[in-house]
Amino acid sequence: MKILVPIKRVPDPATTIRVLPDGSGIATDNVKWVINPFDEIAIEEALRIKEKQPGSEVVLVTIGQSTWQEQLRTGLAMGADRAILVKTDGYLDPLSLARILAKVAGDEKADIVLLGKQAIDDDSNQVGQMLAEMLGWPQATFASKVEFADKKVTVIREVDGGLETIAFNLPAVVTTDLRLNEPRYASLPGIMKARKKELKEVPAESLGLDLAPKLKIKSLTAPPKRQAGRKVGSVAELVGVLHTEAKVI
Amino acid sequence: MGDVLIFAEHLGGHFPKTTLTAIHAGVELAQKRGANAIAVVAGDAPEAVAAEIAKYGASKVIALVHPALKNYLADAHAAALTALVKKTGAEFVLTTATAIGKDLMPRLAARMNAPMASEITAINDDGTFVRPMYAGNAMATIELDGPIKVITVRGTAFDAAKPAAAASAVEKLEAEIDAATLKQEFVSFNQTKSDRPQLTEARIVVSGGRGLKSGENFTIVLEPLVDEMGAAMGASRAAVDAGFVPNDLQVGQTGKVVAPELYVAVGISGAIQHLAGMKDSKIIVAINKDEEAPIFSVADYGLVADLFKAVPEMVEELKKVKAH
Repeated sequence: MKILVPIKRVPDPATTIRVLPDGSGIATDNVKWVINPFDEIAIEEALRIKEKQPGSEVVLVTIGQSTWQEQLRTGLAMGADRAILVKTDGYLDPLSLARILAKVAGDEKADIVLLGKQAIDDDSNQVGQMLAEMLGWPQATFASKVEFADKKVTVIREVDGGLETIAFNLPAVVTTDLRLNEPRYASLPGIMKARKKELKEVPAESLGLDLAPKLKIKSLTAPPKRQAGRKVGSVAELVGVLHTEAKVI
Repeated sequence: MGDVLIFAEHLGGHFPKTTLTAIHAGVELAQKRGANAIAVVAGDAPEAVAAEIAKYGASKVIALVHPALKNYLADAHAAALTALVKKTGAEFVLTTATAIGKDLMPRLAARMNAPMASEITAINDDGTFVRPMYAGNAMATIELDGPIKVITVRGTAFDAAKPAAAASAVEKLEAEIDAATLKQEFVSFNQTKSDRPQLTEARIVVSGGRGLKSGENFTIVLEPLVDEMGAAMGASRAAVDAGFVPNDLQVGQTGKVVAPELYVAVGISGAIQHLAGMKDSKIIVAINKDEEAPIFSVADYGLVADLFKAVPEMVEELKKVKAH
């Protein structure tokens, strides 16, 4: 099976986010960059599929600056086979990202595209679904379990009221949720091998796609801060203030 | 200006509060644009639900009918709504960012080559929208360019539509779907059964974290407090990952976002990702034995205590308050 795993570079989830005073973005001097946690889960799932279906190939793709090679190397160290960096310096909106991924999935003749349900910086949760539509493929978002029986895929999804099961044939797009798996760490031999694996850079403009953004971010502001609260000394005091002061019970 | 189509979610003959939120937001958007807000109720037999939804202030309701719309499936619903947008010449399609909203709307947007704004918290008069990024640590003002624009709204950021003076008209339409192109099959829905209020609708939410140590403790220790307060029960990611409670109780950046009048966090440390899901609650209470726990930085009232003693004590104190 040919498995395509798009990944994104994001700030480490523990980063304290500071909005720049001019609202043009966030401060990046204190940022540690990592693979989007949901995309790591996608890489892990791809590797598990490959282990069950020998002869499969796991191809990583990212769309960003050359520095994003670092995250591709981490994925290769986990066990992916090769990587593609679609190079861009400018901002690309979800439609453009999906359009690029659709081209790559087509060129690679992918059987399945596995990616995170959302990037933890943008929180848009759009690219996977847009990609599925552009390819004309079925989609299964927020997957907590993926099972294969030949070309048929059954996915259990985490939805509002519980768990939903849907089924479809490959090729398809699946976006990962938290509990799909726990990603492995890259081993030292894995890191050594990763250096020799193919990492190809392709300029985004060379793909012949319309990448002009339709979604534009005008500015960022810090959210309103909550007023500081206080500690209470006992349960009796807590219940008392909730009743008489906050008046919520 | 083109109209606003509001996708009105429903299940089993009922619709959740999030559908009324979508109607309210859609009507607000339509008013700001000098256009009409049209609610769309899709299904194999949605007429009765459509008649109910017609009572909540949309200019008109369309009951969009087709056998392929019996259960929610992304491809069938995206196809049906796209055809309807073309037919009505609508400019916006809007719904609440529920699991269905999040699954459907980007697919619909791509089908129409339209940009989409996810989980907006405000509709500005100048046509821009506000949405949270970085787990709610930055608010972005964004602009969508194009003849058609797709929007999901954060359920906690808008009020629910109230019943209007009169019900609007309901128009029944056959959905245009080429069934031969549909590839997804609905198998089953394992719904978590509960008599408690819905997490996203409750006035009070009591959430438990890893500090409860087991699923059994959720039942023995936390649930008495949840039920004494008539609350909905939530959980941190850690508690769900550990298997203490089902996934649909998770409150957080990538789980449910709630903003009740009162949020009680029990045995929850307060990771950034959890705060993202509850920091807009009106009053926040934290009970944790670690006084350095980050949850105390957002709590209006913090109690540093062993939850296994404090929670049963709180149940007793609440009973006393009720008795007065």
